[in-house]
Amino acid sequence: MSDALVIAGKSYQSRLLVGTGKYADFTQTRAAIDASGAEIITVAIRRTNIGQNANEPSLLDYLPPSEFTYLPNTAGCYSAEDAVRTLRLARELLDDHRLVKLEVLGDPNTLYPNVMETIAAAKTLVKEGFEVMVYTSDDPIIAKQLEDIGCVAVMPLASLIGSGMGILNPWNLQIIIESANIPVLVDAGVGCASDAAIAMELGCAGVLMNTAIAAARDPVLMAGAMKKAVEAGRESFLAGRMAKKLYSASPSSPTTGMIG
Amino acid sequence: MKSSMQIFVNGKATPLPAEAMSVLALVEHMQLTGKRIAIERNGDIVPRSQFAEVQLQADDKLEIVGAVGGG
Repeated sequence: MSDALVIAGKSYQSRLLVGTGKYADFTQTRAAIDASGAEIITVAIRRTNIGQNANEPSLLDYLPPSEFTYLPNTAGCYSAEDAVRTLRLARELLDDHRLVKLEVLGDPNTLYPNVMETIAAAKTLVKEGFEVMVYTSDDPIIAKQLEDIGCVAVMPLASLIGSGMGILNPWNLQIIIESANIPVLVDAGVGCASDAAIAMELGCAGVLMNTAIAAARDPVLMAGAMKKAVEAGRESFLAGRMAKKLYSASPSSPTTGMIG
Repeated sequence: MKSSMQIFVNGKATPLPAEAMSVLALVEHMQLTGKRIAIERNGDIVPRSQFAEVQLQADDKLEIVGAVGGG
């Protein structure tokens, strides 16, 4: 297919990236991710439970790394150092896996990103050969700096993580998209299918979401809705919308051949 | 035989069952063999290929992690 999403030289057919958290169980996680059609899925890196439930099922049993592109994240990290350490562990865990999602938070209540720490971590990670997809605020200057550092994709928030508030500043996103030479993906804040479609219509290369699907009343149904919304939004963007005007003297039906 | 050596695993003080112990022996002792894990020792990654060679020292700080659901 010609309209592939290309990240760090690799092509993907799906422009919807999804998280794997907050589901009722692994069966539901798998069903929702299948319905979403996502090829790239985010995972978190956490301390292993020692000495308990040695045989408890793991996420990897339900979502084998051979079937998906894993995107290990740094969720919960509040410093560049912790984020870098986490992703070094992820790289070892996933057999020299390079593609990662960097996020460094600045505030536990809002989960707003700390862009200073994000930039510091991005510099280290790029130097160490990571392919960094970076979560950030919707500040166009910061987005450009992250691109200049060598990140492979920049992922501004639509609104705060887990808020479902939708796209609060389409104008900033548009500026980021227009000036970027790497894929721009909206990450965080999408609440429903129309939000995802709007992000794609703005020209985003893709959308990353977790809570919008996992916290829906029917996550599997919502995952399918998001898949369609991202596809519809992409096609709508490529097709090029008609110009807006307050009114039109040009009806869709012929003005000639009227009876009477 | 109980040793007096103690290390920290995932933030928790953990007595070691033997005085001399490799990372591999600890992984086996903790029944983590075959699990997909990654280990950091005192801030540095211990590659899986070196589990057998790296010997634990008193007060080592280990982080043993895996992948879990997240967004």
